[in-house]
Amino acid sequence: MHIAILGNGIAGITAARHIRKKSDCEITVISAESDHFFSRTALMYVYMGHMRFEDIKPYEDWFWGKNRINLVNGFVTNIDYRKKTLFFNDDTTCSYDKLILATGSMTHKAGWPGQDLDGVHGLYSLQDLQAMERHSEGLKKAVIVGGGLIGIEMAEMFHSRHIPVTFLVRESSFWNTFLPREESAMINRHIIDHGIDLQLETELKEIWGDRSGKLKLIITNKGEKIECGFAGITTGVRPNIDFLHFTPIEYDRGILVNDYLETSVPDVYAIGDCAQLRTPKPGRRPIEPVWYTGRMMGETVARNILAEQSAVGSTQSPVTNHQSLVTYDPGIWFNSAKFFDIEYQVYGDVQPNPPANHRSIYWEHPEGRKSIRIVYDQPKGHVLGFNLMGIRYRHEVCEQWIREQTHIEEVLPNLSLANFDPEFFREYEPAVLQLYNAQTGKNIQPASRRSLTQVLNFLKRPVNA
Amino acid sequence: MVDPVSKALNGHEASQWFLYGVLYTLAVLVMGLRMLAKYRHNRYQLIRTGSVMFFQTAFAFLIPEILVRLNYPYYDFKNIWPLNYSFFFDWNLHNLLNSGGLGIFMLVWGIVLIVIAVPVITYFFGKRWYCSWVCGCGGLAETLGDPFRQLSNKKLSAWKVERWLIHGVLVFAVVMTALVLYTYFSGQSQVLFLNSYTVRGVYGFLIGSIFAGVVGTGFYPFMGSRVWCRFGCPLAAYLGLVQRFKSRFRITTNGGQCISCGNCSTYCEMGIDVRAYAQRGQDIVRASCVGCGVCSAVCPRGVLKLENG
Repeated sequence: MHIAILGNGIAGITAARHIRKKSDCEITVISAESDHFFSRTALMYVYMGHMRFEDIKPYEDWFWGKNRINLVNGFVTNIDYRKKTLFFNDDTTCSYDKLILATGSMTHKAGWPGQDLDGVHGLYSLQDLQAMERHSEGLKKAVIVGGGLIGIEMAEMFHSRHIPVTFLVRESSFWNTFLPREESAMINRHIIDHGIDLQLETELKEIWGDRSGKLKLIITNKGEKIECGFAGITTGVRPNIDFLHFTPIEYDRGILVNDYLETSVPDVYAIGDCAQLRTPKPGRRPIEPVWYTGRMMGETVARNILAEQSAVGSTQSPVTNHQSLVTYDPGIWFNSAKFFDIEYQVYGDVQPNPPANHRSIYWEHPEGRKSIRIVYDQPKGHVLGFNLMGIRYRHEVCEQWIREQTHIEEVLPNLSLANFDPEFFREYEPAVLQLYNAQTGKNIQPASRRSLTQVLNFLKRPVNA
Repeated sequence: MVDPVSKALNGHEASQWFLYGVLYTLAVLVMGLRMLAKYRHNRYQLIRTGSVMFFQTAFAFLIPEILVRLNYPYYDFKNIWPLNYSFFFDWNLHNLLNSGGLGIFMLVWGIVLIVIAVPVITYFFGKRWYCSWVCGCGGLAETLGDPFRQLSNKKLSAWKVERWLIHGVLVFAVVMTALVLYTYFSGQSQVLFLNSYTVRGVYGFLIGSIFAGVVGTGFYPFMGSRVWCRFGCPLAAYLGLVQRFKSRFRITTNGGQCISCGNCSTYCEMGIDVRAYAQRGQDIVRASCVGCGVCSAVCPRGVLKLENG
């Protein structure tokens, strides 16, 4: 059986690796972006000089040959699903038995006049990074449009090269569609502390170029003209599926998939940023373009393809066959990022505009660069989510508390179990507990220390013991 | 140039070795200050860097010189066999045995470090208690060597070479010391076809001078800051065996938060491909890890933590 995978990002490569682990199928991974898999999220560190491109490749180049994963650097322009054939832009073809679409995202541009001028770029692909690099020499001013994770990364990148940045953010506070008010305000302050010209409630209206087609200035919705040599478009990404528009696969914003990650076409699957779930789990979005979901989908699709293959030729009917498949289950939401110097981690359900039953205890360090937020249900009291700024918390511990619906008053005395900061770092869990006691008039005392042995005992504890 | 310092400490004119010691200590102190400034927000790095600066200045430099002034043997209380390969040489044993109570104490102290301190402390804290907190070679690597740490080779092939080489040096050191002790007790210098004086001369030149000295520090700009510690140091090999098979120390990874960015691997001075473990959510238990904690410091997603469990 020949499995072709379109896209060599985290989703496609995870699928390839897991298929190889458990089978002898022929595997081909196709990408027009790079010869080898690299960590997309690490592109910024290459620009900032922390690493070379070589360093952001998670596997040495011999890895692929040794594991018999064929790598093809090519651009697919069309797919014939009936003949199971891929067509490349150099007129070559490739046939497959199963196809995994893992084509990722592309920068979303909102249709601004001048958005295709030279000097207007997003930051998603290796080519985007190269474009940033090309425009950086002698650059006197960069404007970044869109206050999200990529926008602030781009600001940090230019800042590392002492290039002045104006940062246009549509919302009234940075990333406040995801961050609660206090955390969002902390990042506003942090951005300004770095000398970034942060303009809130400001949008891009027009982009003007010179006669040679090069970017010259942008105009905001407030009428301000800003001369700049680079305009970073970071208003979001969208699934990279334009080349599929003339094929009979069902798509909406992304390629529509069921819980088994199957598309509307037999033997074709879609995973990662380009996939759109027909029935996402409650509280989850149909498209979640993050590293972690791409990785989880890669694992799921590998299991399902192998389960189907082992059923072929057996006496199982197609129905029982389906029963051996696993549904994609992303588990409890988690994510992380770094906003300049402030690390961010989130576990579970933390909303900027929470529903009525969400209560939270929020502690912030007096210096305003660290905070701990625990969201819990009111009146039932079980914890729903953790939001950390500048402090590291342990994934498994937070997840277990959320999954087991542990009461906030059982979590707080044991909060040290979740602390994942390095040794000798100051611990703030007693301060959180004190704050809770002060707010509720209770007198809860700490019950756990920060120790790996205690953590391991806690994690081994049977459910509801 | 450093004569006044030398006279103040040990009462003699400065020898070339004294000059070397002064320069070495200055390098650790000056570049240590740079390290402190760089990691001013990281208490683990602040305390650890303070520790290597202290041990180099007090234990490796000042105390031995003061001992000489007081007519005691030159002795570095933190230098442990087999890194201190001349510890069991006849002249050293004579020297210690003829220096009264303190000399005997030094001999016993040295043996206690080898037999008890190394395995016991390594069991609880890993080899970091020595390599990145106490050791002089490690001290230079963690301070002067910090700008070069990313140059260590992360390839699987380098790891293979490392395992053969470092354990080979350990075997060499043990055999050499056994021969030397045989000669000390029996008075015979010829053992089978080997002459213990020749063997110890070869060891001293090849391992002690060329590998530890010239390659160890001279190769910072080519192979990173821990060439000696990674490929050659027999004490590191001994500590590493304990750490790998009998220690509570490990680097834990934080669930699924790794983004495979590679900062940890890039900045590992021992050439460990930390990312390979982190992206699979595996604990890192490796003989070579010196516990410097930089992987944890440079991780942008809070994935790595040095722990004793």
